[in-house]
Amino acid sequence: MLSAESMTLFLRLLGRWFLNVVREAGSMMLFLLEGLGLAFVPPFRPRRILEEVQLIGVKSTMIVILTAAFTGMVLALQGYYTLRKYGSEGALGSAVALSLIREMGPVLTGIMVSARAGSAVTAEIGIMRITEQLDALDTMAVSPMQYVVMPKLVAGLIAVPLLTAIFDVVGILGGYLIGVVLLGVSSGSYFSGMVQSVVPLDINGGIVKSVIFGLTIILVACFKGYYTEHGAEGVSRATNQTVVLSAVLILAWDYILTSFFM
Amino acid sequence: MIEIIDLHKSFNGQVVLDGINLTIPKGDITVVIGKSGVGKSVLLKHLVGLLYPDRGQVLVDGQDITKLKGRRLQELKKRFAVLFQGGALFDSLTVFENIAFPLREKTKLSEAEITRRVHVRLAQMNLTPEVGDKYPAELSGGMKKRVALARAMIQEPEIILYDEPVTGLDPPMTSTVFHLIKKTHGESGYTALVVAHDIPEVFQIADHVAMLHKGRIIAYGTPEEIQRHPDPVVQSFLHGEVDFLED
Repeated sequence: MLSAESMTLFLRLLGRWFLNVVREAGSMMLFLLEGLGLAFVPPFRPRRILEEVQLIGVKSTMIVILTAAFTGMVLALQGYYTLRKYGSEGALGSAVALSLIREMGPVLTGIMVSARAGSAVTAEIGIMRITEQLDALDTMAVSPMQYVVMPKLVAGLIAVPLLTAIFDVVGILGGYLIGVVLLGVSSGSYFSGMVQSVVPLDINGGIVKSVIFGLTIILVACFKGYYTEHGAEGVSRATNQTVVLSAVLILAWDYILTSFFM
Repeated sequence: MIEIIDLHKSFNGQVVLDGINLTIPKGDITVVIGKSGVGKSVLLKHLVGLLYPDRGQVLVDGQDITKLKGRRLQELKKRFAVLFQGGALFDSLTVFENIAFPLREKTKLSEAEITRRVHVRLAQMNLTPEVGDKYPAELSGGMKKRVALARAMIQEPEIILYDEPVTGLDPPMTSTVFHLIKKTHGESGYTALVVAHDIPEVFQIADHVAMLHKGRIIAYGTPEEIQRHPDPVVQSFLHGEVDFLED
């Protein structure tokens, strides 16, 4: 049995933890509003946004393609042997497509972008913080939020949905390779089942998820980097927190959005 | 002229600045000395709005920077340049792009004019135009400081704040950087605040010296006055005595 003192201590610690979580969530939301709001305030920075789309999006393309190909292949392999038990191999295309478009595409793209680009963004901004580069921008009357953070947030909004679309297409082709070429499902039934079963709501749901995941990943990455403290160790800690928190938030958001779109 | 009036600042209950009063005369070089960790850089950051005090004022020609916001604060910041301890050069930009950065961001000068001005500043810092193509990671400590000084000078600011400008440099490079500060000040006549603990080198460039100790200015005067100052804490610091440093 816990004593009353232990219980009080436990509740106090729990309360403190909860207040910290609420405080950080609030700070992050204000950070997001300020960052995105600066996209509509001159000077507009299209060149900086394009640079960030290249860093966050284009440079993540290969890892997304690789992940998508293997995910599609595994889905086809698993799906084929499950569907064969019921004599429904013809539904393989729709099973692969629905799994990818609704869930796997946005979630796995988000996690891969978080691991590759999110960590890089935190490290970059964190190093700028500890080496006073953000302060240097500020003293030149250049807003670090507008010059550094805003282009990354906008780039996240643009790049992650596009990467998710690439993931979906490559995953479907990976499933085709295994299901049709290797296991002998007819090409016509693979694609016709897909056309019949995938409805606009599935695609819209996937797009909404990818937009929210993209914003979440880059928001967490920028926020953790921007408020980095304590030198190199702080950058390492912030980078680690970005990857873990992004992954958890992606999965939590996925549940919320899935329940919304069901 | 910059006036610091009754400035207080604490971090997590630890008092760093405990009622600073200091006047930085226009067109002069004022040096703030004091042992490491005493709050010299914290003081400097209040002057340009990077930190805000718990209490007190920082008046720049009568305008209190601690109360300004938005466009008015940005306008005031344009009068300043800061040379940070590590240079704070942007890693992702070349030396040329670093020096040109304030001009590209804050002026509408043509690229030809920007190139001309950058080359003038590089030459002033005894750096060849070829250095402009290098990235900060490829430079030595002394070169980084000189590039940072060129970037600080490029917009011809009215006020330059130097945060430990020679930390980590060898004695010849220390002399070179102090010489460059003196030379650029002589040419432009800007107001300078130098935060440093390099005794006696800083006395060669200072018009006024203030000593910060335990959150307060305990001595202020010309270099000669400071060297003759009766306070034993000042004398201990100037002579690098161990008992004071371990205080």
